[in-house]
Amino acid sequence: MQSERHPLPFREYAPGTQPPYDAPAYGSTHKRHPQESLVQLPHTITETAGPRFSIAHFPPIPDLSIVDGKTALGERIIVHGRITDEDGRPVPNTIVEIWQANASGRYQHPADQHDAAVDPNFRGEGRVYTDDEGWYRFTSIKPGAYPWRNHHNAWRPNHIHFSFFGSGFAARLVTQMYFPGDPLLELDPIFLSIPDEAARNRVVCALDMTITEPEWALGYRWDVVLRGREATPMEA
Amino acid sequence: MPSATSGQTIGPFWHLIEHPEWADLTRFGAAGARVTLSGSVIDGDGNPVTDAAVELWQADPPANESFPGFGRCRTDQRGEFRFTTVKPGPVPGRGNAQQAPHFAIALHARGLLKALMTRAYFVGEPLNETDPLLSSIDDSQRRAALLARPESESHWRIDIRLQRGARGETESVFLDI
Repeated sequence: MQSERHPLPFREYAPGTQPPYDAPAYGSTHKRHPQESLVQLPHTITETAGPRFSIAHFPPIPDLSIVDGKTALGERIIVHGRITDEDGRPVPNTIVEIWQANASGRYQHPADQHDAAVDPNFRGEGRVYTDDEGWYRFTSIKPGAYPWRNHHNAWRPNHIHFSFFGSGFAARLVTQMYFPGDPLLELDPIFLSIPDEAARNRVVCALDMTITEPEWALGYRWDVVLRGREATPMEA
Repeated sequence: MPSATSGQTIGPFWHLIEHPEWADLTRFGAAGARVTLSGSVIDGDGNPVTDAAVELWQADPPANESFPGFGRCRTDQRGEFRFTTVKPGPVPGRGNAQQAPHFAIALHARGLLKALMTRAYFVGEPLNETDPLLSSIDDSQRRAALLARPESESHWRIDIRLQRGARGETESVFLDI
């Protein structure tokens, strides 16, 4: 039984599905990964409860491909998918934060000095909510690849950044969605930091002709799984 | 059933989703006395981490329409973050335990492939002595690294060190949740 005082803890991550803090091939981890052991923390209400976002306070931004009525440059895309927990239950009415580079591979960000065109009609922020069945959907343009100086001739594969909250703070997930068939994936230390190959392949979306709109936009599907709960309460 | 989707770094350009007002959890008119939590994030060379997203979550007071319980703040050129919120009270722990008042903190940044999780407690709280997490840490310096210290009656400060410093400064306690 779940009670307010003793909500169900989240289950442990499956082995190999989450990247390590210390990933030598990704240079920025060297001075930023903890060197002490993490302290195990059995879940309490701090971990099992989490923020809820009201649409009134955090309004949706479902179309990244238009700014002030003007269309961004690039290949228009529709991205959709279903968010479930590890038991296959949909995660309804949850916020999905989205951000990405423009079609030429540049972020509208002062720290991005890549010599590629800025697009005044592309900001790169989105925000949507899942429906009652866990489905989300937004319109954007396909982001470009860009160089990132991690090593000689390093290029990030095309990707869209995502942030999810799930039903409790221990389910917080920040990740990136990649595109199918991108030859840069096998060269990317960030993508390759996920040890398990099957888990790695689940951060790659799939072309979806069922939501591709003729004469308008290519459709992609990306399903996301957030942590599930233990089957037993945590009084013991 | 598939396991949870893998994390990837928030990267250096997450500010596209930054809204500075999110650092003020009282902006929707929350009741209760205001408290400020500030601090800095420091890397293994002792340099400020200037591109981090610091997220604060508190289970108390319970979130409602006027209090989201959650905030996000960028670190600035000095590695500094600053939240305005309402001071949390004690919350239940496991079994019959009581937890001392605390904030949960998730730290995201370039170079962090997944969030670093930690907490900020308040130095001097009587319940700290029996808090299950604090009392599970034997090393007093590391335990102290979880305690925010008062700058004034309503302003608390905690620094987050990602690695041990050159002068022996203690690495923060990061949690496996």
